[in-house]
Amino acid sequence: MHRRKKPEPKAQLMQGNEACAEGALIAGCRFFAGYPITPASEIAEHLSYRLPQVDGTFIQMEDEIASMGAVIGGSLAGVKSMTATSGPGFSLMQENLGFACMAEVPCVVVNVMRGGPSTGLPTNPSQGDVMQARWGTHGDHPIIVLSPSSVMECFTLTVKAFNYSEKYRTPVIFLMDEVVAHMREKVVLPEPNEVTVIDRVKPSVPPEWYLPYEDTSFGVPPMGIFGEGYRYHVTGLVHDIRGFPTLRQDEIEPFLLRLFRKISIHFADIQLVESFHTEDADLVIVAYGCTFRSAHRAMVEARARGLKVGLLKLITIWPFPRRVVEPLTRAKKTLLVPEMNMGQISREVKRVNQGMTTVLTVNKIDGTMITPQEILEKIEEEKK
Amino acid sequence: MLDRFEIRLSGTGGQGIVLAGIILAEAAGIYEGKHVVQIVSYGPAARGGTSRADVVISENEIDYPKAMGLDVLLAMNQMACDESTPELKPTGILVVDSLLVTQTSNPRVVQIPFTRIAREKCGREQMANIVALGTLSQLIPAMPAGAGIVSRESMEAAVMARIPPGTEKMNKLAFEEGIKAAEEIQKTLVFEEPSEDHDQI
Repeated sequence: MHRRKKPEPKAQLMQGNEACAEGALIAGCRFFAGYPITPASEIAEHLSYRLPQVDGTFIQMEDEIASMGAVIGGSLAGVKSMTATSGPGFSLMQENLGFACMAEVPCVVVNVMRGGPSTGLPTNPSQGDVMQARWGTHGDHPIIVLSPSSVMECFTLTVKAFNYSEKYRTPVIFLMDEVVAHMREKVVLPEPNEVTVIDRVKPSVPPEWYLPYEDTSFGVPPMGIFGEGYRYHVTGLVHDIRGFPTLRQDEIEPFLLRLFRKISIHFADIQLVESFHTEDADLVIVAYGCTFRSAHRAMVEARARGLKVGLLKLITIWPFPRRVVEPLTRAKKTLLVPEMNMGQISREVKRVNQGMTTVLTVNKIDGTMITPQEILEKIEEEKK
Repeated sequence: MLDRFEIRLSGTGGQGIVLAGIILAEAAGIYEGKHVVQIVSYGPAARGGTSRADVVISENEIDYPKAMGLDVLLAMNQMACDESTPELKPTGILVVDSLLVTQTSNPRVVQIPFTRIAREKCGREQMANIVALGTLSQLIPAMPAGAGIVSRESMEAAVMARIPPGTEKMNKLAFEEGIKAAEEIQKTLVFEEPSEDHDQI
């Protein structure tokens, strides 16, 4: 009898954007609405022919405002949905992104950062949208933002982004940078059965008993799917547990507090970091995205010279992983934050620091990556 | 083998620089099983602007993806040559399209008219990138630091896997012309042994 052989794991050279698109597919994304923009276009390009192959839908919208609207609609209809853009388009998405926060619509928004403000530097890297990802849409709201630093992470973290969005019914922003998006690396993608995929919890009650925004111990109400008999009101206004607008104080505050609580009670699940030699280090570099790669090189070089340098990689940048950074400040380790902006995460590190230790920065906004040499110079200057 | 072996392909948009970078990275990464990172930089224009592909190859995982000291620089126009020559390691080699690069400050230069070979032997100027890959597949294994980085067979397999169907014959010819040109020049070329002092940062 002919026996089926287990397929060999196949290495392939893949771009960050393509890996992100493949991650989305394996996570179950079957709807993409977007408008092409450098340096995120390859995500749309890749999904435009991959989605139809898996019975999904790809649609190029007239602009980014409509794209975000379509993504919300797709998700409410029960299909995992995403869009991908860069700075200028991300600005246009903010209004509907707020709607997704308010109506608790799971979706993934990829923002491949390029130089800004405005149309800025289309083909150059930057990390200038860190604060926009956090506070771009108006109103007080929690948000989850993940930042990959390798092609493999573009794949694995896109899956995580979809899982978080489904689990917590929230938009998740996947904040890439041009370097990671356009870089090609050798990757071996896992088989679909090796990947953990989380789907939204659906209501277990009959449609007539369904309360779409009812509080649960988990903080996340089950999500009824349009077309499956669960009809409810979706609005950007603050709403009661049935989804209808409310002005009652005893309904407004509990609702908004639940929005925050559903994220904050799960910080341990959401806040992803990776530590390298932080225990014995007296100086710890805090880095994310492509800058992590330069920082890692700088750490290796510094250690070769006998300098006790550690590295903390932020994978989740919002909600800011305070519980990991705070112990470093208490241990009086000098912190060094290199980033390709004028100090957006370093500002957050300083807030957590509360004057406990020294926080140094390396800032670069000339449209090129921070080099290991530049980080190393700062370390040596400090160690003198 | 060194920790990092760095190759930069640089030229004008439209010369197939990015494709050549992908092929080179696949040859080393997929066919030779090395760790590899390929990174591109280009301007907003589709044709005519500068185009650059850096390929870093290593036995170990690669952190910093950009070139820190070039082992090989392929310059397909004068500006690319002027810009990137200072980033060459003392042991690195400079390979230029002698039709388009007329002035070089580096004495260790390999001058081959890739574009002319492509036009005259293969009938298409666009094949210059494949001719250049043929040359690199011959020169890199001959370098002391380049042993085991990429073989001629791996490079050829990677080229054949990437090209549009129906152009195999033409590409094979271009690839072989590149090897032939390199063999000619190799007779006169002396490679410097890498020394400790020349290590990167």
